Order: sequence, then structure tokens, then C-alpha cells
Amino acid sequence: MTGAEIMVEALKKEGVDIIFGYPGGVLLPLCDKLYDSGINVILVRHEQGAAHAADGYARSSGRVGVCMATSGPGATNLVTGIATAYMDSVPVVAITGQVATHLIGSDAFQEVDITGITRPITKHNYLIKDVKDITRTVKEAFYIAKSGRPGPVLIDLPVDVQRAEGKFEYPDEIEIRSYKPTYEGHPLQIERAWKAIKEAKRPLFLVGGGVISSGASEHLRNFVEKTGIPVVFTLMGLGSIPGDHPLALGMLGMHGTKYANYAVVESDLLIAVGCRFDDRITGKIETFAPHAKIIHIDIDPSSISKNIVVDIPIVGDAKNILSKLVENAEKLHIEAWVKKIMDWKEKHPLTYEKNGLKPQYIIEKLSGMLPDDAIICTEVGQNQMWTAQYYKFRKPRTLVTSGGLGTMGFGFPAAIGTQVANPDKIVLDIAGDGSIQMNIQELATAVYNKLPVKIIILNNRCLGMVRQWQQLFYKKRYAFTCLEDAEPDFVKLADAYGAIGYRVNSTEEFDKIIPKVLKEKEKPVLVDCWICEEENVFPMVPAGASLDQMLEGLA
Amino acid sequence: MVENGEKEQKAHTIVIAVENKSGVLARIAGLFSARGYNIDSLCVSETEDPSISKMTLTVKGDERILEQIYKQLNKLIDVIKVFDLTEGDFIDRELALVKVKTLNAAARQDIMQIASIFRAKVVDIGRQSLTLEVAGKTSKVNAMIEMLKSYGIKEMIKTGKIAMAREFNQKK
Ligand SMILES: Cc1ncc(C[n+]2csc(CCOP(=O)(O)OP(=O)(O)O)c2C)c(N)n1
Ligand SMILES: [Mg+2]
Repeated sequence: MTGAEIMVEALKKEGVDIIFGYPGGVLLPLCDKLYDSGINVILVRHEQGAAHAADGYARSSGRVGVCMATSGPGATNLVTGIATAYMDSVPVVAITGQVATHLIGSDAFQEVDITGITRPITKHNYLIKDVKDITRTVKEAFYIAKSGRPGPVLIDLPVDVQRAEGKFEYPDEIEIRSYKPTYEGHPLQIERAWKAIKEAKRPLFLVGGGVISSGASEHLRNFVEKTGIPVVFTLMGLGSIPGDHPLALGMLGMHGTKYANYAVVESDLLIAVGCRFDDRITGKIETFAPHAKIIHIDIDPSSISKNIVVDIPIVGDAKNILSKLVENAEKLHIEAWVKKIMDWKEKHPLTYEKNGLKPQYIIEKLSGMLPDDAIICTEVGQNQMWTAQYYKFRKPRTLVTSGGLGTMGFGFPAAIGTQVANPDKIVLDIAGDGSIQMNIQELATAVYNKLPVKIIILNNRCLGMVRQWQQLFYKKRYAFTCLEDAEPDFVKLADAYGAIGYRVNSTEEFDKIIPKVLKEKEKPVLVDCWICEEENVFPMVPAGASLDQMLEGLA
Repeated sequence: MVENGEKEQKAHTIVIAVENKSGVLARIAGLFSARGYNIDSLCVSETEDPSISKMTLTVKGDERILEQIYKQLNKLIDVIKVFDLTEGDFIDRELALVKVKTLNAAARQDIMQIASIFRAKVVDIGRQSLTLEVAGKTSKVNAMIEMLKSYGIKEMIKTGKIAMAREFNQKK
């Protein structure tokens, strides 16, 4: 067997049936063996699309996503996608072709040191120099990608190793002496946590993406319902319990709801699960949750006390630990606290002026009519924040968004990967007119593969989120944020690719078209919604301010 | 809640046991530069087990930074174990080669005497210089170098510290 054949067999052993990829010279032996291997290789139109598609596939399904690219420019085109997956702890395996081993280091044609380049943005990476290392490496790569705190792993495979002869012996198990993630929480710490929870007068859950990736949603919900503790979410945590649950307070942080942020500020015990206290949620770190003791449950010890000093750390798997905590859970007497929050909720709801076609209206409308298992991907910018604010995510893994890196151009290819992993579900990409142009070429991928992804462009003719900052903090000097003068005709663009395109200018038009859009089963549909240009995302905590210093609108 | 007590910058001696593979040093160096930690010295070599290398690092930082360094190092897949020796009793050594100017016979005499006090060896001799090899605790090595400065040091190189916990009295 050749190295390429061994690679294919190894991938099959790992249960891989889909690869998002793009070919090139030094990847040819592998491409050739994949051609009739039974593994479905989805040809994207740009390697960045492959990485994001593998990422969307992984986020929406919980399985490892796989992408591949050739050496040099193919490999560097994956970089943004790998970094995006890394920042949000998504299990992706990226395979790159490499020049022949004897040429490595000689500045050969299309040679780049991709293991060097991706070292800080992968959980681990490998350069395979010997055909006999392929099987062990693949086994390790998949294990590392999905265990512990998940993350992307890159395998660089030189062309001569793909051609070399070797034997296929797949290890049943592997043991990496230097890598032993902790799953079980320390029983004493769990006991301390429960004691603190019982004593708290104003307890609050702060839930991040770790709850979703560890599959802890059910346990969290049980615990919340038994104790009656309210919940705020990071962007990545949305959907871990239903957004319309009476105890769900929506997102906290820079564009969080007022009641979520007020709750954090007044809480006396923050139970943080699977989150990492990013600056977008803490605001000014010195005044974050000033009255609260903090319990932090996370599988990554380095997340604990990195940004915020924690009182009761519990290192381990969120599902595991929450299932232990649930055993003791009982109703807490925190009625006064919950009442206070409910009053805030009533007094300071998310609002917007209802005139013209408003982005908030579009999201609310979609939230009301889509089934619970529909999956919403987003781009980055105002479109992403309106989605986070106004869509009630009712199930885990129904929001696919680039949180940590904030990658424009992520949403659409991620939606493609999501649709591939979930052929029977409705998959949307809520897009901005800027972001969608960053990977618009993937319309060809979606059309060819009959993926009925629905693209909803919240078209404000500008790079809205940046324009919002300029409006608020840069004296309305709109440097390089206006797209109006050269906005493409997205309907024609969709048409040119063989997709379906609509343009809507009013709520009536939107309401009329959307049922038809959602019914489409074969082709991608793009809906270009010309929303009110000046709309901004509020509330907003300016960068560096405390969470209770929220702007509500334009002064 | 955030700690606002004073941050004491303390020198720490860390030993890292890593897989003896190519690229591991780059991972560690990359981690330090990406996260803005400063390495004062670094020494890498094989151990009794050829599949394991040990790195001795000296770094400065307050407790929180050290804790992060410790955790971030452990997070690297190729890192087997991290020991912060500063917490317990340990042996540390450093070796230096120092080429000193010997302008006249008197200077030469003086330098030989300094060498013998510090138990340094003369490893090379030239018409106008002597090269000394000194090993020991960093403080001793530095003390000798200090003494030699007034004669004029032509060239100097140090290994950086290597360290090992004592058999008894180990803490971490
Ligand atoms: C790749 C990339 N480049 C630049 C940015 C900075 N950025 C953040 S939001 C944004 C504007 C996004 O515009 P659009 O997609 O139209 O979304 P809107 O905010 O208008 O909804 C920009 C440029 C980014 N996040 N990602
Ligand atoms: Mg826009």
C-alpha cells in the first residue's frame, strides 16, 4: 500500500466520510486515492471555505470536521479557518500536502513551513516524514482534536511519503504519555461549589460554549430548573438551554441584554461553566461582577484564573461535573433575586423602532417561524449581534458563529458544512453585505452539491459594525466603511451561480417571500434584505467600560 | 473579582520534561513570545531516557504569571511534566568560558589567583589572554566574571542554568 492509500484507510477508520478540500500538485497522490474511496470529497472554491466548512460541520454535529489543501498557497489559505476553529475550540483535522521530504527547507516551489505557521493556532500539528508514522499520527490527531478542550490539528504530508510503500496497521488504542485531559471534577471542589451555591443569595449561571461542546445542556437545564438559578450566556453558549426559557437572560457583555449585565453586576455568586472570560463579556475587568464569588468549571486548567481570579475552580468536563452537582440540587430560596431580575427584564427589554425594514424584525420573525432544530450560521458584525440578541436559540448546536476570532466570511462556508452534516435541517446564514463577499465564491459549491442553504443578507450598504464605532467614537468619520457605491447586485450574482436570489425592501415583501425561501430543498437561496442603513446594535458597553455602563442609543 | 495586591516579580527556575522531537523547542519558545513572557536563560539537553529532553528555564514573574506559564506549558501536547524548582530545594549549576586580557605578567598572576579562588580552570592560554572555565551556582559564576571585568573581558559565553531537585525535600 502507498502512503496515500494508508491515509485514506486511516481516515475511514476514524469514521470520516466527508472531506472539504481543494487539490494541488503535492496533494495529487492522496486526491487520486480519495477519488474512488467512498469518502465524499466536497470541492470548495477557496481553501478558506474548506476550513470553515469543516468547522461548521464539526460545530453543528459534534463530529470532527476534515479539510485538506495542497502545499504553499493552499495551506496558507487554510490559516484563517484554522485560527477560527482554534479560538472557538472546534475539533477539525486539516491535512496539507507538502513538498517532498528531501526538498523541505530548500524554498522549493510551493513550499511553506505550515507546521511552523500554524503552531500557535492549532492544538497540535504534525509533519509526517516516514510512511510508517501515518497511522499513529492520524489516530493521535483525531484523538487530540476531539478530546479534552477540543481544537484543530494539522497533518502535513509530503508528497514522497504519500507515494512511499508501507503497511497498514491501525492501532486500536493510543496512549500519549504527555496528554491526559482531566474529565472528573475534584469531589472536594464540587462539594465546596455546592455549599457556596446553597449559601448564595444572588446566584447566577454564566454559560459558555464548553457546555455545548461537552453535551452538558440537559444537565444544565436540570440543575437550573431544580434550583431556579437564572442564566446568562456568552455568544458561544447560546442554545445550551432554550433562549425562551423563563430563567434565560440572553447574552451578557458588550452587546448583551441590560438585564443580563445588571444581573452579573449584582450577583453574589457566579457559576461560570465552559467559558473563558473574554474581554467582550467582562468589560472593564476590575469592575466585573464586583460582588461575586466565582465558581469556574472548565476542562482547560489554563482558562482558570487567566483573566479573572476564581474562588472555586473545578477542572474537568462540564457534563461530568454538572451531572454530579445535579444529584444534590434542590430548590433555592432566591425569590427576591429572581423577582428583581424579572423586573429588569420587563423594564429594559431589547427594543428597536419599528419603522421600515429593520434587521431586528427580520431576526425576530425568523426566530418565530423556524423549527427548533433549524441551524443559524452568522457572519460577523452587526448581523451577528442582532442574531445573538433577537433569535431565541432553543437547542444546542443551532448557532454556528465565529466568536473568538470574529471572522468575516465564516458564516456561508460554515453553513455549507452545516448543511452537509444536517441534510434534513433548515440551515441559514445570517450575513452582512460586507462579510458575504468574503467567501461568495462558495455559491458554486452549494449549487453543485445541491445544498439549500438560505443566505439572508442584512444589507446596510456598509461595514455596519465598524461604521457604528466610527459614529460613536470617531466623530462620524466613516473611513473605508461605505460599500454603497459598488454594492453588487446580489440577486444577479445568485442567478449567475445558478442559485436563487430575491431582493426585499419592506417587511411586507420579507414576510411574503420567506415561506417560499424556507421551502426550497435543492438550491441555495439568497435573500438580499435592504435594511435601514443607520440601524445600530444596542445596548452597547463601550470597550473598556463596566458592564453596567451601557449605551442605549445615539446621544 | 480581581486581585490587586502588589505583584512580586520573582526569579523562578523551571525544568520541563519534553518529548525529544524536532519542533518542541520552537513550540516552547513560541509560547513564551506569543504570551509575552520573558525567558532569562534556557538550556536544553537529552536525559537518561533518550526519548525525553529536559529544558531548564529561568523566568521572572509574579505568582499569577508563573501559574499561567505552568499551565500553558502543560497544555502543549509534547510537554510531559513541568517542575517549578523554586518551591523546594534544588541543585543548580552553570558553566562559563571567559577569555580575559592579560596585558602584563602581574595581571596574569592576579587572574590565576582569582581563578584558583573560584576553582576555575585555565583551559587556554595566549600571548595576551587567558581562557577560564568556571562552573557552579550562577551567583558564583557571576561573581568571578565581575572580578575579571577590570582586566578586560575579550569574550564570554555561558551555558545557562541547569537544575535538578534534591532527592529529599522535594516539594513540587
Ligand atoms: C476578516 C475580517 N476583516 C475585518 C474584520 C473587522 N470587522 C468587524 S465587523 C466588520 C463589518 C462587517 O460588515 P458586514 O458584513 O456588512 O456586517 P454588518 O456589520 O454591516 O452587519 C468588519 C470590517 C473582521 N471581523 N474580519
Ligand atoms: Mg453591512
